[in-house]
Amino acid sequence: MGAMTTTLGSPLVKRGLADMLKGGVIMDVVTPEQARIAEDAGAVAVMALERVPADIRAQGGVARMSDPDLISAIIEAVSIPVMAKARIGHFVEAQVLEYLKVDYIDESEVLSPADYANHIDKQAFTVPFVCGATNLGEALRRIAEGAAMIRSKGEAGTGDVSEATKHIRTIRHEIAVLKATYEANPDELYVAAKELQAPYEIVREVAETGTLPVVLFTAGGVATPADAALMMQLGADGVFVGSGIFKSGNPAARAAAIVKATARFDDPAVVAEASRGLGEAMVGINVADLPAPHRLAERGW
Amino acid sequence: MPVTVGVLGLQGGVREHRELLEHLGARASLVRAPSDLVGPDGLRVDALVLPGGESSTIDKLIRLFDLFEPMRTAIADGLPTLGTCAGLVLLAREVVDPAPGQRSLGVLDVTVRRNALGSQVASSETTVSTPLGPVQVAFIRAPVITRVGAGVESLGTHAGEIVGARAGAVTGISFHPELTGDVAFHRELLAHATRSSRAA
Repeated sequence: MGAMTTTLGSPLVKRGLADMLKGGVIMDVVTPEQARIAEDAGAVAVMALERVPADIRAQGGVARMSDPDLISAIIEAVSIPVMAKARIGHFVEAQVLEYLKVDYIDESEVLSPADYANHIDKQAFTVPFVCGATNLGEALRRIAEGAAMIRSKGEAGTGDVSEATKHIRTIRHEIAVLKATYEANPDELYVAAKELQAPYEIVREVAETGTLPVVLFTAGGVATPADAALMMQLGADGVFVGSGIFKSGNPAARAAAIVKATARFDDPAVVAEASRGLGEAMVGINVADLPAPHRLAERGW
Repeated sequence: MPVTVGVLGLQGGVREHRELLEHLGARASLVRAPSDLVGPDGLRVDALVLPGGESSTIDKLIRLFDLFEPMRTAIADGLPTLGTCAGLVLLAREVVDPAPGQRSLGVLDVTVRRNALGSQVASSETTVSTPLGPVQVAFIRAPVITRVGAGVESLGTHAGEIVGARAGAVTGISFHPELTGDVAFHRELLAHATRSSRAA
């Protein structure tokens, strides 16, 4: 028997974990207790952080990677995958998170960017990364840097789903246009790549397959079971719920209801049953009322 | 008529199994409700795939949507079944390190330890020697088999741990051939399905 090679951190292995999260809900948690509530409710993973986006928004100041003690305590508390956020471009925060053995790093616009020019070179890590995007070009630039999963950004910490809707629709629409362009006039893909500001090879792959080469979740403003089902019907592979759960009246019930509605998003009877008697949803802020400097989705490029 | 394989389609790596089965000429149908599995005239599928995903989530969903008992009965009655990763956890008689309240179908007499190979940074692509030949696969936060019951065959090892087992037409593996596109286990499932539909 010949020697067998075992490869860690290949693109397939990085994208593979995201593949296993499909159809699921990833929940923001700020304590080990919240992480256990999320696991009990059926979350496929938790995002460990110090403050949910709604509080980052309310308290202001610079938002950074969480304390390693908190992240380690959350990893200890649950058996499901644990993700954590690093600032855009802060590759040392990412090194720390990899050392702590988080399962995924979110290079996130919810934290304050550490570099206004460069994102993290994600190819250089064994741990996989998820990155936010508001459109196809942004998604493809992140994938070129090594992102193994994309989440449409939405507007975190608002409870207003309109930006999430806009971003997932935009990405899906741009993919459809690209595919049609390729089928009609393949020679126009070079200009399409220029306009998308993304490498030709990845643009061509998307044009040929009609889909992103990595899993696409949505995030930012999802607060109800119907919001989650909306994202799934619009073509998301799964959803992130941030402030929507633990800023609501009954987090455990709401979390379980969002899991149920995400799994059977195409059945109105299931979504209706999941929506009953959940108590107060998070109060929320309309994105239209947010002054431009407070819009997180505009961070990252 | 092509064989119809049901793929449990509530959460996880469903699409990859579906594509691989269709590539092999089978019909793949999603099992998301009891009526997808059992119709008025009996079973609607010739075989079943339990995909990878988060095993504790899938366990909750199959109980929530009343699939737990019908799946357990169908598999115990001989429905050819392949479980990968979380699917292996679901098949197992006993689960070590479960999430609180997590249950399994108990239709394959093995003990499985969840996430035994470590966190995602330990996930890998590799080759495993099996009775079906060497298979090119991925391990993703993978479980291992710590006990194999009487009459259950071990199907290979990785890092010194048992990573696959089968008893009759029920096979559970720790790894993901559907991510790498290795067809050996799916071909074997289709062979079982064809044999059992001829016998019926």
